[in-house]
Amino acid sequence: SAVHNLSNITDLSPLPDHILIELFLRTLRAGKLTERVLKLFIATGKDEVFSLIQALNIQVTVTPVLPTRALRPDLTSFMNEWRTIFSRFHLIIVKDPDLKEELKIPEGFNLDVYKKPDIDRVVGTSTSTIFSGYSCRYFGYLVSRKKYIISVDDDCYPAKDNKGILVDAVAQHITNLTTPATPFFFNTLYDPFTEGADFVRGYPFSLRSGVQCALSCGLWLNLADYDAPTQALKPEERNSRYVDAVLTVPARTLMPISGINIAFNREVIGPALLPSLRLGGEGKFRWETMEDIWSGMCVKVVCDHLGHGVKTGMPYVWRNDRGDAIASLRKEWEGVKLMEEVVPFFQSVRLSREAKTTEDCVAEVANVVKEQLGSKDPMFARAAKAMVDWVKLWKSVGSSTSSPGA
Amino acid sequence: MAEPATATQAAAPAVPQLKDELDIVIPTIRNLDFLEMWRPFFQPYHLIIVQDGDPSKTIKVPDGFDYELYNRNDINRILGPKASCISFKDSACRCFGYMVSKKKYIFTIDDDCFVAKDPSGKAINALEQHIKNLLSPSTPFFFNTLYDPFRDGADFVRGYPFSLREGVPTAVSHGLWLNIPDYDAPTQLVKPLERNTRFVDAVLTIPKGTLFPMCGMNLAFDRELIGPAMYFGLMGDGQPIGRYDDMWAGWCTKVVCDHLGLGVKTGLPYIYHSKASNPFVNLRKEYKGIFWQEEIIPFFQQTVLPKDCTTVQKCYIELAKQVKEKLSKVDPYFDKLAEAMVTWIEAWDELNPTGSSVTNGKAK
Repeated sequence: SAVHNLSNITDLSPLPDHILIELFLRTLRAGKLTERVLKLFIATGKDEVFSLIQALNIQVTVTPVLPTRALRPDLTSFMNEWRTIFSRFHLIIVKDPDLKEELKIPEGFNLDVYKKPDIDRVVGTSTSTIFSGYSCRYFGYLVSRKKYIISVDDDCYPAKDNKGILVDAVAQHITNLTTPATPFFFNTLYDPFTEGADFVRGYPFSLRSGVQCALSCGLWLNLADYDAPTQALKPEERNSRYVDAVLTVPARTLMPISGINIAFNREVIGPALLPSLRLGGEGKFRWETMEDIWSGMCVKVVCDHLGHGVKTGMPYVWRNDRGDAIASLRKEWEGVKLMEEVVPFFQSVRLSREAKTTEDCVAEVANVVKEQLGSKDPMFARAAKAMVDWVKLWKSVGSSTSSPGA
Repeated sequence: MAEPATATQAAAPAVPQLKDELDIVIPTIRNLDFLEMWRPFFQPYHLIIVQDGDPSKTIKVPDGFDYELYNRNDINRILGPKASCISFKDSACRCFGYMVSKKKYIFTIDDDCFVAKDPSGKAINALEQHIKNLLSPSTPFFFNTLYDPFRDGADFVRGYPFSLREGVPTAVSHGLWLNIPDYDAPTQLVKPLERNTRFVDAVLTIPKGTLFPMCGMNLAFDRELIGPAMYFGLMGDGQPIGRYDDMWAGWCTKVVCDHLGLGVKTGLPYIYHSKASNPFVNLRKEYKGIFWQEEIIPFFQQTVLPKDCTTVQKCYIELAKQVKEKLSKVDPYFDKLAEAMVTWIEAWDELNPTGSSVTNGKAK
């Protein structure tokens, strides 16, 4: 009966050890070991409980959240393909405010769906426009209260590795985020925290504890994240190379961070993933946008400044064919030209010593964007303002620590 | 993947690329039996054997290879007093081979490295992959998330600026090792049974401004672009340190490459490293290095080469100067090393008189 009454109990520490263990095992067998209950057991501080948890390999970390951006109304096949991997977690689905049709979502998931009226209610109708198109995912990041976020585009399915085994992208992202990153010196055997690998000869010992990994960037089999010109030039090219590695992107090295398959520690860098740069002709295919690339540059600069790590590599997702690269060429040309300015700009950004929080860093970057790029193109001036607005929005709506319990 | 390929499995390419433009430099103290395994891949190429240890010993080279061999007596004869910069009783002596070579490219390999197999079971032609790496550009200024964009089946990802897509010339190709990984002595002691069985199918450019531990076991480079920076330092007999020769060369080389706008790649090809050296012996050799690298690495990370260093030699002499200024306080060894670095350049220029001062790339 104690098992059934667990929801009413707030403190298990008065229980004698042997009863505690018995209760734990019965709770587990009854399928009632929820996150809240698990925390109760852990709070007793008893070694036996910890050994049991370790032996049974129970996940203690906070559960991730998946905002999935819904550009197409029918999510049935997407959700079903990911069911075995996603069903353990709380999902956040954000519907593109511009999408008119009703969403079709299959049963059996623990999820929250946010549509235009919800977005309007939370941020106001004037602000909700920033969440259109692919940027709707940022709304999910804003309202989530979990520690980790995993974000996957809805045209991606689980991939298979070289042995033909289905890749649990969520588990791999979590592993990436919960093991240290090594941005200050390159390890030639890639992630030294992977099983079967380590730091090589010549790697300074003082750098071997690494730093916290704030962002995990995954990759794509089949349709890689190429821009429209590249895909148009090589219409048949598909990525079939599964590279069995995760590596830390070195400090001060910038890269194009694709939003198709990423995960991050919301508590650490939440505010730095932001909807700000919007192309004049931004479209509904990935190669007609640059919002994630811009956001990614900011995130990397902020991470480098605050001493957090960014990893890239596994997990892979299988990205389905979609869209016509040639048709997109005209739209994306703007984005392609933009990168010529954007990259040298971010490479030159240096944040001040006083910028110690993620919000402060983002605000500083916004300032530099306004000063140095604002005059070159009104798009940058708008982006800078959007960044400042985002920090405000984050502070009022987004910021709060993850709530205890389920 | 856990065993090396046998000689019969190895299939040689129809046309060996760069046959007359590449030398294979092998340091050895024992014998060269391992060459039998590599025969199909190496036989078309010229070998430079650098015999370390007792010069009176005869090293047998398997029949059919075209080679030149240098022992300690040869090194002393050719370099005279400058021979002091070439290490004795340490595979660092291999850099003598780089100096005497007349070719554009060098591939160097240790005598306990064999042909590896890829996941499909096919023998890996390491030399061919190194050549591919060296003949295609590097991309040090912006990281490509799909690794080397010049490989078949890959390209630059969305967001990669078009102006950076031409890349820069590749100066160094750093390969990896299956089976016995290149761990330091403490790691070997803690994990004596760990074997590298992970085949990572990637080549990538190490970004500008990032240093790395360069291993000399399976390494290729463009001698014309970066040769003079590949000095493997003072190690072994009479020196307080060993097993840091390639590390030292790697740090110097990367700083010079970054300054001159040249690229360094790492990843494929894999070789099969068969012999784990004695970790206790290694510990004694590396001991000082483990402490010193804590100072050395910040030194290299902060080194700035002046704009007028437009050749590798000029960069290297400037580096030697800075080593003397800033690292002598760590240990008087660095004073000696700085001098040896200068001696090395003098010897290099003597043995390679024409074209040695050609401007390599743009100084940053």
